[in-house]
Amino acid sequence: MCGPSLLWRPIIALATGSMVFAAAGAQQRPPATYTVVIDKMAFGATPRGAHVGDTIIWVNHDLFRHTATAADHSFNVDLPSGKSAPTVLTRAGTVPFSCTFHPGMKGALNVAPGQDRGS
Amino acid sequence: MMWKATSAAAAGLLALAPTMAAKASDDGVVAHVAYTAGVIDVAAGKQALAKSKNEAVRAFAEEMVRDHGAVNEQALALVAKLHVTPRDNPTSAALNKAAAEASHKLSSLSGSSFDRAYVTNEVSFHRTVNGALRTTLIPNAHNPELKALLQTGLRLFSEHQMHAEALARKLR
Repeated sequence: MCGPSLLWRPIIALATGSMVFAAAGAQQRPPATYTVVIDKMAFGATPRGAHVGDTIIWVNHDLFRHTATAADHSFNVDLPSGKSAPTVLTRAGTVPFSCTFHPGMKGALNVAPGQDRGS
Repeated sequence: MMWKATSAAAAGLLALAPTMAAKASDDGVVAHVAYTAGVIDVAAGKQALAKSKNEAVRAFAEEMVRDHGAVNEQALALVAKLHVTPRDNPTSAALNKAAAEASHKLSSLSGSSFDRAYVTNEVSFHRTVNGALRTTLIPNAHNPELKALLQTGLRLFSEHQMHAEALARKLR
């Protein structure tokens, strides 16, 4: 007898399964999507708990064209009035952003490091 | 020369304060003044787009045409909804007169002298209008929706003022 007995097989499978699950938990938290609303010449609240790899959907409810432009140039989204556009977060840390047309409109994203995705 | 026109407009706006205080609030007058200021700046922006070749000046002018146009579109929709009739008044007339003079002076300029004059005029125009919004128009607006739109307008035009000031420093 060289292979595992029938009795052991499900346990091994279960163990392997949980290892995969644990690895997924540590390495591949499913990406989340958050919304930041722009209205009346201001950016709305930014999400808590955003990670690298998550998506921010910028929703421009204002009458005016705006941009969401990162100070570190990691994103720059053009937002005509009434439009939305996504940004995938690529950098961890505090990322200040503003509108290039109306630089007094400011906000900051707090981005936690993403998990190593299989590298 | 341009300053003279702007100070005439400023005088007009200041003259509005006691008149309006006496009449309690008149949303028709407030709406007319705010709308007129928007129309004036859209026209000035279009003039700049027709004349200027400076990329930064053109970007600024495009922003003015777009933003003031958007506010005014909203203002028209709002007065229609509220059944407020915009009423012509001495302040709007003073603004229009000053704007016509400024536009006439600008039409004789070109190149960098046009750019500087246009932007200088935009700085003083936004300063005047923002002062009027803060001290006269917003406090006298009766309807809360009109007041809210004027408050958004003030935030917007304060951004324009800063943008114009930064541009003026760059062109100096």
